[in-house]
Amino acid sequence: MKILVCISHVPDTTSKINFTDGDTQFDTNGVQFVINPNDEFGLTRAMWFKEKQGASVDVVNVGGPETEPTLRKALAIGADTAIRVNTPAVDGYQVAKELATVVKNGGYDLVIAGRESIDYNGGMVPGMLAGLIDANFVNTCIQLEVEGNNATAVREIDGGKETVATTLPLVIGGQKGLVEESDLRIPNMRGIMMARKKPLNVVEPTGAQAESKAVSFEKPAPKGAVKLVDSVDELIDLLHNEAKAI
Amino acid sequence: MSVLVYTESENGAFKKTAFEVASYAKAVAEMMGTTLTAVAINASDVTALSNYGVDKVLQVSNDTLNDFSGAAYAKAIAAAAKAENTEVVVLSQSADAKYLAPLLAVALEAGYASNVVALPESTAPFKVKRTAFTNKAFSLTEINTAVKIVGLGKNAFGLKETSGAATAETFDVSFDDADFGVKVQSVDRATDKVSIADAEIVVSAGRGMKGPENWGMIEDLAETLGAATACSKPVSDLGWRPHGEHVGQTGKPVASNLYIAIGISGAIQHLAGINASKVKVVINNDPEAPFFKAADYGIVGDAFEVVPELNDKLKTFMAENA
Ligand SMILES: Cc1cc2nc3c(=O)[nH]c(=O)nc-3n(C[C@H](O)[C@H](O)[C@H](O)COP(=O)(O)OP(=O)(O)OC[C@H]3O[C@@H](n4cnc5c(N)ncnc54)[C@H](O)[C@@H]3O)c2cc1C
Ligand SMILES: Nc1ncnc2c1ncn2[C@@H]1O[C@H](COP(=O)(O)O)[C@@H](O)[C@H]1O
Repeated sequence: MKILVCISHVPDTTSKINFTDGDTQFDTNGVQFVINPNDEFGLTRAMWFKEKQGASVDVVNVGGPETEPTLRKALAIGADTAIRVNTPAVDGYQVAKELATVVKNGGYDLVIAGRESIDYNGGMVPGMLAGLIDANFVNTCIQLEVEGNNATAVREIDGGKETVATTLPLVIGGQKGLVEESDLRIPNMRGIMMARKKPLNVVEPTGAQAESKAVSFEKPAPKGAVKLVDSVDELIDLLHNEAKAI
Repeated sequence: MSVLVYTESENGAFKKTAFEVASYAKAVAEMMGTTLTAVAINASDVTALSNYGVDKVLQVSNDTLNDFSGAAYAKAIAAAAKAENTEVVVLSQSADAKYLAPLLAVALEAGYASNVVALPESTAPFKVKRTAFTNKAFSLTEINTAVKIVGLGKNAFGLKETSGAATAETFDVSFDDADFGVKVQSVDRATDKVSIADAEIVVSAGRGMKGPENWGMIEDLAETLGAATACSKPVSDLGWRPHGEHVGQTGKPVASNLYIAIGISGAIQHLAGINASKVKVVINNDPEAPFFKAADYGIVGDAFEVVPELNDKLKTFMAENA
């Protein structure tokens, strides 16, 4: 089985979010970038398929040269080859189109992407990719087994979960549950050394056009001070009469 | 030209979010000077949509759609959009809607904006405000395709009742095997509990509760309020509560009307997931807990005393105000 894991390169969850150029650009100053958490769960699950079922695992990112350290980290965790499509990511559609070409050229059976990226929060790349390549698609995937051409997956639904049966080729939008938090791997010295020798192939984009763009950004209005109350009665009264929340 | 809204139902009855997306879509249709068509799949009684501005309902009824299928549902909505010559499609951000929206976007060659929080700033060019950076910011997004898809965040618009009369038409869609490449085997839904996605009120607790054996008071409080229960990430990592309850940047987003946080410190990753909630109440015995800075109301106190008392008094309050 040939697996492709899509890696989005995102600000660390503790990052302060600021904007520059008249609030049109994300301010990367002092920001640490990491593998998107949803993708990290998917990559670790892919390692399981590699070790237990002999799958090959490539990782891909659509982005500029600044994302290469993130791809190297994925190689250090155990991916075989990294691919970087050399173009800035503008919107989910453009990224999905570029990825569709990578999937077709590489003949991948299973594409593991994340439910959403924690920066753009589009929740669109995996579904669009599946639509573009006519593959089956399972979103918010929290468990995945593959036997031959058949796959069984569990997806999170509102208020519960659903078990589905499907076939390869398959794209998933994955999240925590694919593996547990405690199964995530921190690259060790050997992995980091090996990653330096693994191929990181830079491929040129097909030039897919974006359908949307972020024109500007703003931060939420600062919150007023908290009202501290001494008694439960006062809280109930405020929630009822002032906040109208109960 | 028209605006199309996908009004979701469950076991034949519309979900509350169906009325919210219809209210929003009506306002968009008015901005554009056009009418609003709804597409409903296996809904038994569509007259309720009349009260939320829907002019016409396309009713898709098909037993093969009793189980959700992202591909088949997207196909039905795409067919409706084409039949109606639709310029804007509006849907919710339920798990199912988020699943099918990108498939629909490909079928209609439409640009898609998810997590939208307000009416379009302008419709030509089409610009909408959406959340980004997991609720740490908003982005004004411009969609430049002929057809646009808007995913409206929960509780972002509210309900707008009007009086009208929607006409209903049967709408046939033909499917083939490829539309059912993903087949539902079983559904495991906690039917007696309110889900975080649907809840108006969420009662959430953290490591301050000390252990899973103390969750009885959290569940009691949730029951009194008709609320869903949630938790911080370490609580689900420790196995005190199921993963489905973990909220935050790496868990579920919460956009409830009221969010009550008990024994949760208020780490940046937790706050990112609950920013979209309207009223936030914090109960914590540490006055320095960062959560107080993000809260509307707070009680500095021991959860083991405050929560049972709050539950008792709320029961009385609910009985009096029912
Ligand atoms: C990559 C990454 C992603 C993350 N994503 C998330 C996420 O999505 N969601 C999330 O929640 N966290 C997330 N975290 C973890 C986050 O940083 C915090 O560690 C976590 O939110 C803390 O959980 P807590 O508040 O329950 O526990 P603690 O930080 O241990 O806080 C417990 C609180 O309980 C209070 N307390 C103790 N006893 C009592 C009492 N008797 N009565 C009242 N109050 C009491 C304490 O004063 C304290 O404020 C993430 C971390 C990382 C690194
Ligand atoms: N620039 C990118 N390169 C590779 N994969 C991406 C990129 N952007 C998003 N993805 C994948 O798509 C998922 C969802 O992203 P999004 O649609 O932006 O929320 C991510 O978790 C990644 O797996």
